[in-house]
Amino acid sequence: MHIVVCIKQVPDSSQIRVHPVTNTIMRQGVPAIINPYDLLALEEALRLKDCIAGTTVTVLTMGPPQAEDALRKALSFGADHAILVTDRAFAGADTLATSYAIAAAIRQIEKKEPVDLVFAGKQTIDGDTAQVGPGVAKRLNLNLLTYVSKIASLDLDKREIIIHRRAEGGVQVIQTQIPCLITMLEGSNEMRFASMDNMFRAARHPLQIWNKDAAGIEDPAKIGLKGSPTVVSKVFAPHAKTIKAEQIDVERKTSKEIATAMLSKLFREHPKLHAEIAKLAG
Amino acid sequence: MAEKFDAIIVGAGPAGNAAAYTLAKAGLKVLQLERGESPGTKNVQGAILYSDALEKIIPDFREDAPLERHLIEQRMWVLSDDSHIGTHYRSDDFNKEPYNRYTIIRAQFDKWFSSKVRQAGALVICETTVLDLVKDDDCVVGVRTDREGGFIYADVVILADGVNSLLAKKAGFHLEIDPKDVALAVKEIHFLPQETIESRFNISGDEGVVIEMVGKITQGMVGTGFLYTNKESLTIGVGCMLSDFKQQKISPYALLEQMKEHPSIKPLLANSEMKEYTAHLIPEGGYNAMPKIYGAGWMIVGDAGMFVNAVHREGSNLAMTTGRIAAETVIELAAQNKPMTAANLALYRKSLDETFVMKDMKKYKKMPEILHKNPHFFTAYPELLNRAAHTMLKVDGVDKKSKEKEIRQSFVGKRSLFGLLGDAFKLWRAFE
Repeated sequence: MHIVVCIKQVPDSSQIRVHPVTNTIMRQGVPAIINPYDLLALEEALRLKDCIAGTTVTVLTMGPPQAEDALRKALSFGADHAILVTDRAFAGADTLATSYAIAAAIRQIEKKEPVDLVFAGKQTIDGDTAQVGPGVAKRLNLNLLTYVSKIASLDLDKREIIIHRRAEGGVQVIQTQIPCLITMLEGSNEMRFASMDNMFRAARHPLQIWNKDAAGIEDPAKIGLKGSPTVVSKVFAPHAKTIKAEQIDVERKTSKEIATAMLSKLFREHPKLHAEIAKLAG
Repeated sequence: MAEKFDAIIVGAGPAGNAAAYTLAKAGLKVLQLERGESPGTKNVQGAILYSDALEKIIPDFREDAPLERHLIEQRMWVLSDDSHIGTHYRSDDFNKEPYNRYTIIRAQFDKWFSSKVRQAGALVICETTVLDLVKDDDCVVGVRTDREGGFIYADVVILADGVNSLLAKKAGFHLEIDPKDVALAVKEIHFLPQETIESRFNISGDEGVVIEMVGKITQGMVGTGFLYTNKESLTIGVGCMLSDFKQQKISPYALLEQMKEHPSIKPLLANSEMKEYTAHLIPEGGYNAMPKIYGAGWMIVGDAGMFVNAVHREGSNLAMTTGRIAAETVIELAAQNKPMTAANLALYRKSLDETFVMKDMKKYKKMPEILHKNPHFFTAYPELLNRAAHTMLKVDGVDKKSKEKEIRQSFVGKRSLFGLLGDAFKLWRAFE
């Protein structure tokens, strides 16, 4: 079986700041990590590799040259191959242009070895759109399974897969045909700790670096900024609001006294509230 | 199967990087292990880069290293509670290339240094902690890491794992660090627009200023404060001996907060935005607290070996130099096909003795103890000096001779004549 895992290197969003003068995002000094949701996808793929002999896992990413670090990390966990799609022409891509490029790259991968499963994170922590995975599935005509919490069974002979999918108010158990594209839900697994041998292998493994031609891009108008209809109109840092907290002394007071004190404070702060509640009460 | 290397370097700080780079450049098979996510994530420094030590390793470092500002002015301030007295040394000579000292931001600098190590051919593996040294009899033959299949072998292991070298402790090369031998330093990086920094410090282009501070800011504890100019930020920090923090029950963070409120410092930081807060231990025990730095199959470099000159606020240059010399020792022994026995590795210590590293370590060996026993150096004298300046400068109808007398009396009153002479003698001995 051949599995492709799509990953993205993202800035650790918990450490991002907005430049106080220019209002642009300051990426300098912010560590780059593998999008945490993509790690769930990678781990799930590696678990299938552990169970099913002869499985190979290829990690694929599109990004600047330094995304190499993300691929090496993926290799250290146990991925077999790593492909970096990188080209200045991809710069400024939105989710539409990105899914076009990733789909093209997966078609190139398929030319060497058919792909049975594609994994992706459910969304990235920098864009948070959750659009690229579905976009790739659509373009490659793959069955799409999002928010998967568990792979219940996989029958390679019948080419059948059964998964659990978290839906509003319950769990869906879905059976479909492979090839398909799966995005994994948090909590479904935990990334393994790489062995020393895999650390050595990852550090030395040659990466495949593809430019837009190698990635099989047919229409250059559909990639990068040109292929991106999304317009960012404004970037700004949300202003922190300061509201002074008030304390109510509860020492040696009955519940009724405390409640009364609290309510009177509330009504004092919001004079209209009393009338509104009275209206609601009818 | 366990791999074998010519040398394993534990740690990717300045000492480890200097060693790994020098060894790899000479064509040896080098493995460098770092426990942080990437080189630099665990490393903290003021930070000033001393060109000389790095030049001896990477002569053309200025071409692509991330440097902030070259220093053209050094201020030394002695602070009382609400004033400072001090000296400024500014020289256009420091504006002539090649520059002698730079401010740097370690997160960026270490990334660069590590990329050089990789380019030189060393294998650098991060997020991997070395748990133990592997010994055959008494000879170190490799390391055991925290990963599955974690045994790796080498002819020599260089310990560059920093101030709190757990490895050296575990292997029995040195004892638990004494709190009186380490300083705890905290610092913050504050963002300010480049133009603001340039106008506040009277500098332009890549010029930079350093302010070193002693006095009441450390509240009687043995320590110093500092303020450095980066391109678009200021670094401010303070460090005191860990034993003093412990004894006085002052939290380092509170100390820094108070220092930032000092009327001499506050205007320099006005309207800045704090970007980063870090804390780190600095081994300041000096020569007398140094562990053994070599043995059969191992050497210790950098902070792990107490290589810090606390008086002159130098550490990274000692780290780089010890790393380089340890590497050169290995290269020389390997070239002569000599084994890495303790007797042969004694060459490391011998070579170090010839350099500024050991000479300076020896010169200031009495300093830690003298400062430790004389906390009034950090309280009484700053107060007296500032008061003296104030008395002399305030024009209030009192004649100058009476003012001189008042100043003299304030000194004698505070420390007594014998105390003053004793202090002078102690300081002379410490710098001798």
